[in-house]
Amino acid sequence: MSIRHGLLALLDQGPRYGYQLRVEFEARTGATWPLNVGQVYTTLGRLERDGLVVPDSEDEEGHLFYAVTDKGRAELRSWFDTPVPRTSPPRDELAIKLAMAVTVPGVDVHAVVQAQRRHSIKALQDYTRLKARALAGESTSSEGDDRSDLAWLLVLDQLIFQTEAEVRWLDHCETRLAQYSERQADLPAPSAASDAPKARRRTRA
Amino acid sequence: MTDTFPSTTLAASRTEPVLHLAEVSRVHGQGAAQVHALRTVDLRVYPGEFVAVMGPSGSGKSTLLTLAGGLDSPTDGKVLVEGQSLGDLSRKRLAQVRRRSIGYVFQDYNLIPALTAAENIMLPRELDGISSRAARQEALAALEEVNIGELADRFPDDMSGGQQQRVAIARALIGDRRLVLADEPTGALDSTTGEAVLAVLRTRCDAGAAAVMVTHEARHAAWADRVVFLRDGRLVDETGRQDASTLLLTAATNSLNGPVTE
Repeated sequence: MSIRHGLLALLDQGPRYGYQLRVEFEARTGATWPLNVGQVYTTLGRLERDGLVVPDSEDEEGHLFYAVTDKGRAELRSWFDTPVPRTSPPRDELAIKLAMAVTVPGVDVHAVVQAQRRHSIKALQDYTRLKARALAGESTSSEGDDRSDLAWLLVLDQLIFQTEAEVRWLDHCETRLAQYSERQADLPAPSAASDAPKARRRTRA
Repeated sequence: MTDTFPSTTLAASRTEPVLHLAEVSRVHGQGAAQVHALRTVDLRVYPGEFVAVMGPSGSGKSTLLTLAGGLDSPTDGKVLVEGQSLGDLSRKRLAQVRRRSIGYVFQDYNLIPALTAAENIMLPRELDGISSRAARQEALAALEEVNIGELADRFPDDMSGGQQQRVAIARALIGDRRLVLADEPTGALDSTTGEAVLAVLRTRCDAGAAAVMVTHEARHAAWADRVVFLRDGRLVDETGRQDASTLLLTAATNSLNGPVTE
């Protein structure tokens, strides 16, 4: 998750101090990815090391404001201009679990699929309730909050579409499993070939 | 295991269900060609409840809805709407219940091409003996509710699929319908229009109506309070409500500890 670029984007709108950055980051993403202040300062430290931000000024309360440098601004532009890489898909526990479930004997794959489907749809219901609330609030919010509300709605939509994609994939897995079982049922009685690996295993043991 | 899933949402409530499918079965055909579309399904839907029905094609979703709407009769079991068993009613009385208590949104809209949007919506009300003027007022309000007030005097052929579907939904919402049944109501709509329609159904339920929606889209089912799953004609599972804050916390924890940060 790119906290680095998130913070750069916020600093691009003017100097800010750590706690302020945390609050604004969470407002835009509905605290979906909560930040602790420690993370913010660690990240600011790295950004400073890389010459992307500089300590700017301090107010009476001792808040240290950071400002984005020209190099930081260039880095931010290039972040917006470059697609998020898809070259190495993030490891997905569910995909791994199903891949294992279909190959490990004695696992009820349908039960695994249904348990996940129920869980994911519950998640969708919760996101949707939050969205319904956000949509209702959209019409009543003041102009300043507007952009933050929009940002939060987009993040919610992303969570919803991603979860939906998972459920669709589960549906698809079941269809594929059913087709596979049908094909297996159509095959003639188990041949010697399919018994061979078992026999080999036995001798090795 | 039984196929009975009492409502988890309102289990404690003493209200009568608006819709009760009591141990309902439906068999099509005879002998070797018999198809068990539904097998002893028990489902109660209470006032204020929005239930989504999901399941693969052929699982009995549409059969469940046509039975609930009195468009078909069960082979076994009873369908009760507001406590009345539809099977015990005369044809005339059944037609009346279908007109007054049940709003039905069909997958293919079922609008009458020779009537305008407003007239399509007014029709069931006028059949109930309500004056044209009052019925038109109601129709206009229902069209406003689905955000197409300006299309009142258009004919179905001059409307997009999405607009026709919204007219069909307005028709299902008109009057004091206690039960709204919808078969893939957002099929023809783009994602934000579909969302608006689901929000309308949601609001209706929050105001006390009961709704059952058949859908294969999880994103749409998620607007419901409860999602029930059908497989081979049986109710096999369901979700209830869950505290939103718990879940967001989980989601947040997952993203922080998940592979993205590793």
